[in-house]
Amino acid sequence: MLDFIKQPWPWYIAGPIIGLTVPILLILGNKPFGISSSLRHICAACFPTNLSYFKYNWKKEIWNLFFVTGILLGAVLASSFLKDPDPITIADKTKTVLQENHITDFNHAAPADIFSWGSLLTLRGFMFMVLGGFLVGFGTRYAGGCTSGHSIMGLSNLQWPSLVATVCFMTGGILVTWFVLPFILKL
Amino acid sequence: MAQSSNAKLPDEFKTLVVLHPAAEFSVVKNLKFLAVGVFFGITFVKAEIISWFRIQEMFRFDAFHMYGVIGSAVWVGALSVFIIKRLGIKTITGDAIRIEPKTFHKGQIFGGLLFGFGWALTGACPGPLFAQIGSGCTVVVVTFASAVLGTWVYGYLKDKLPH
Repeated sequence: MLDFIKQPWPWYIAGPIIGLTVPILLILGNKPFGISSSLRHICAACFPTNLSYFKYNWKKEIWNLFFVTGILLGAVLASSFLKDPDPITIADKTKTVLQENHITDFNHAAPADIFSWGSLLTLRGFMFMVLGGFLVGFGTRYAGGCTSGHSIMGLSNLQWPSLVATVCFMTGGILVTWFVLPFILKL
Repeated sequence: MAQSSNAKLPDEFKTLVVLHPAAEFSVVKNLKFLAVGVFFGITFVKAEIISWFRIQEMFRFDAFHMYGVIGSAVWVGALSVFIIKRLGIKTITGDAIRIEPKTFHKGQIFGGLLFGFGWALTGACPGPLFAQIGSGCTVVVVTFASAVLGTWVYGYLKDKLPH
């Protein structure tokens, strides 16, 4: 049983589990599934700096911070006790392209060539980690949600603005992957 | 927390305030959301959704995995919302389930594109950021801090941006 769980989970197991989060959160307390709003609550709690966007009772949204803390703890548990002994299998085409772009580490969640403390202060590392993170925080709040809030919760509730947002998430990601990454991977 | 803010109240009111459902700061009440998060975080790690490589495969159209995950999640989510509405299912405390509609503004386009740029770079949307840190990729703390900064800058510039 444990060996079975330790294998990488296929999409048809993981997708429905993630989809079930929508009704579970609704039934447990009318909570809309959404993760990026946690970043707003962290700002509102730690440095609201008198901005109207952060002036609200974040304590009423504390469930969301419990939820994301749970995600972190779940990841600790999964990587400590349910770890798959084999390295991740990556599609050959993706692997070849990345190897051509000097990626050599395929054994971690993210390639250590880019995502490491040592490369944080290189231009390449800065672009991937610092600029990338900034765009994730800024973009999700500007869009009013991320993959969970729009692509899963919004689409589940048949909201067309969420479909617009999802198409833009994908378009932005595809543009950067195909037209920008080839340049910054070589930095 | 609830108790300290009630310190000035007469004794007979204190119990009322603590028992009132609006006492949202209750740890016990929120533990169930922590539990859902734990299950969710395990799924993120085990289905390799936190992998930068899986996101690269998705944007390069080299694998079906992430499309299958997101697609089946939407199907299950949509079916659940349909059933909840159809049968009028209530919350565990007996309240009617309400879902706020999303209103369209230009931010969904501009912000959506910007998030897409960031998603391709970091290989993570906000959920996987938490999970990557939990799985031991410590440098992602920097990416996370930068995402919090990005959120704050959005709050700072909000009124000047097209919506």
